[in-house]
Amino acid sequence: MWKIISIELYKIYKRPRTYIAFGAIAALIVVIQLGLKIDGESYAGFLMKDINDTLTVDGKVLNGYLVCYILLQLLLVHVPLLVALIAADMISGEANLGTLRLIFTTPYSRTQWVMAKFIAASTYTLLLLIWLAFLALFVSMWIFGTDDLFLMKSNYVVLIQGDDVLWRYVGAFIFASFSLLTVTSLGFLMSSMANNSIGPIVGTMSAIVFFTILSTLNIPLFSIIKPYLFTTHMNNWKEFFDLQVDANNEAIKGSILNVAKIKTSLIVLTIHIGLFVAASVLIVKKKDILS
Amino acid sequence: MAVIEVQSISKNFGSLTAVDQLSFSVQQGEVFGFLGQNGSGKSTTIRMLLSLIHPSSGSIQLFGLPLKEHRNELLEKVGAIIERPDLYPYLTAREHLKLFSQVRKKQITTADINATLEKVGLSHRSSDKVQTFSLGMKQRLGIGIALVHNPELIILDEPTNGLDPQGIADIRHLIQYLAKEEGKTVFVSSHLLSEIEQVASQILIIHQGKKVAAGDTDKLLDPNKTIVHVTTLNDEAALLAIHASSFAGNLLPRKDGIYFMLPKHEIPMLHKAMVLADIALLNVESKNSLEDYFLQVTSNSN
Amino acid sequence: MRGIKKNKIAFKLHYRYLLLTIMTLCINGLFAQSNPLIEKVSQKLGLVNDYTAIGIMKTDVSFIKASLGKVKVYFKKPNLLKIKKEGGISLLPKGGVSVTLNSLLNSKQFIAMESGKQLFKGKELQVIKLIPTDDALDWVISTLWIDASTALVYKTFTTTKDNGTYEVTMEYGTYADFGLPSKVIFGFNTKDYKLPNGITLEFVEDDAAVAKQKALRSKKGTIEITYSNYVINKGVSNSMF
Repeated sequence: MWKIISIELYKIYKRPRTYIAFGAIAALIVVIQLGLKIDGESYAGFLMKDINDTLTVDGKVLNGYLVCYILLQLLLVHVPLLVALIAADMISGEANLGTLRLIFTTPYSRTQWVMAKFIAASTYTLLLLIWLAFLALFVSMWIFGTDDLFLMKSNYVVLIQGDDVLWRYVGAFIFASFSLLTVTSLGFLMSSMANNSIGPIVGTMSAIVFFTILSTLNIPLFSIIKPYLFTTHMNNWKEFFDLQVDANNEAIKGSILNVAKIKTSLIVLTIHIGLFVAASVLIVKKKDILS
Repeated sequence: MAVIEVQSISKNFGSLTAVDQLSFSVQQGEVFGFLGQNGSGKSTTIRMLLSLIHPSSGSIQLFGLPLKEHRNELLEKVGAIIERPDLYPYLTAREHLKLFSQVRKKQITTADINATLEKVGLSHRSSDKVQTFSLGMKQRLGIGIALVHNPELIILDEPTNGLDPQGIADIRHLIQYLAKEEGKTVFVSSHLLSEIEQVASQILIIHQGKKVAAGDTDKLLDPNKTIVHVTTLNDEAALLAIHASSFAGNLLPRKDGIYFMLPKHEIPMLHKAMVLADIALLNVESKNSLEDYFLQVTSNSN
Repeated sequence: MRGIKKNKIAFKLHYRYLLLTIMTLCINGLFAQSNPLIEKVSQKLGLVNDYTAIGIMKTDVSFIKASLGKVKVYFKKPNLLKIKKEGGISLLPKGGVSVTLNSLLNSKQFIAMESGKQLFKGKELQVIKLIPTDDALDWVISTLWIDASTALVYKTFTTTKDNGTYEVTMEYGTYADFGLPSKVIFGFNTKDYKLPNGITLEFVEDDAAVAKQKALRSKKGTIEITYSNYVINKGVSNSMF
């Protein structure tokens, strides 16, 4: 099995398309970092307009931790589209190329190939996330320095102490990997159903956009299905950045407000991954290779 | 031992029957020619032999074992190219061979890969990406991939597609070499019968998914059944004269021209008889070959 | 003569404060003079030229979730005060720091009026209202709750020109002799806080959490600093402020 996984990884490594996503992420992050470096104070000032009416905020608000949070907020919505570019091409791309015939006449079962391809696509996704983490977190920390994380949410502000932040990012990135693996497996499922790349790539992107809209619309009809949609859970990495408060309204250092929410989301996402991959295996097993 | 044993396999795609109750067997060490026009069901059959397509009914055995149950183990002994030489454009020839060596249980060394590149005439381009290759070079690399693990059964679907005359001759020699020198079983398909008749010892012709003829190439190429096509200025007058001659019994009941079936050695006599009967001859063409037979059987079944 | 001069300055004040002053003067039946208790408090505060202290800061604002933070407080006469969070972000009531007891009393530009006694946390405290006589000062009126026996101020309530009202409550411990509190609680009014979802990208709202947050919201905020490790009169560089 390792042999065919390494073959799939080698093919991803050799394919020029692989590097589009890495380049796109780097470009986006650098542009945002540059923008914040030059004009970040006015951006922070805009965010803190309401707070500044009442309070004086002393310290480096726009530090690497906040920049990373801003970057993740902006990018984790779009990275799935980049992931789809590779994941949705894994099977259909080879069907289109005609090389599916080559690999499916080797002494490895289709299930093994599908799993190898999924593992390779997942590895790609995780590498993309590590690249994102490196640029968004460590490079931001290097450029902007570190301080407490002063997080302005829609309805309240969370001030997380500097030494209480890094582990939250570790948690957030692990969570984000589940989100992105769900996208990978969805792209993979779409890929197993088609003989060309464009259909599954567009299909995966459309599905993400469609379900995201359903997740964000506050219409009672959709509220029933919302908890079961993967898009509802994909952005819950943010839960790592909210604190519990005690009876004195004092935030508890090292706490997470809603651990249960994170757990539920991880379970829902894992179930989605399992179902999507299982469906892909079944479809490919039953498929006649006509390409 | 039969290397391939196919029993009444059929494949339906919706209402279309691509392969219809096809049975045949291929013995060890023989070159088996699988003939049919484009769309006759050849590729579907070959894909079923390689488990790319699931048969709707019937059974396939390779090396005496059912393919369905022993797929992985059996495919270890098979090398194949199927239709077009589709490869990864971003990989080099050597990388292709390396990758497909890795999926084999057998240890394949760099020397084996070099030998394969040599065999298919790609040594000088081994480090070039496939996207720079001509169709013929891709086809040769495809054959290289099929051969790199030294399989016992080689399935070649239209191996001369896209090759120039020299390339076609090379493939022919390679098939002959593999069968005679290395004792491989070669299952080769084509729609060009002239290629097959030169290499195959057994021939199976299919049309619209059904077997229309099968047997030894020698028997199918029986010199006593040479077909002669005669073109005249006036076919009606010529036919009257022929009916009055001793060759009347050899005349074939065809409406598309004047055809005879007769032993090859009698062609000069036919020629002479027609000249003596004052038939205005334009052309006499003998088609004592499998190609003629193929055209005949496929047109008959039409 | 001094009292008349002060009165003249008072006339220059805005009519609201003038009215208030006149009314208070009438009630007390005398012209405003420097209050002996205020003098006593000033003298006590005067013992301290500078200090540094370690503080634990607790922020209690409905829309802010913050854990306890360590701060270092620097003070230098007459009224330089700086609260620094060691390597962190600190939240302080806007302008609140500038209206400390020192800044109130050091100016000397005010009229002090005794306004009876009140029980506060079991102590009977003298209530004194201060009305500034200098237009340039940024506070409008301040009420002080003072323990007459120890000359310690336990509570101030100050209305500023620009930054609303502040209530500062103090507790005393080891450094009571210097008039330095062991705990200070700033109370202030807060405004609503809301950022559009489009900016925070929080589209998927947890309805229950939002409702809970709304229920918690009040217009009052406090910031509490518990002091320890005072270092008094050892010199503090001006560069700290």
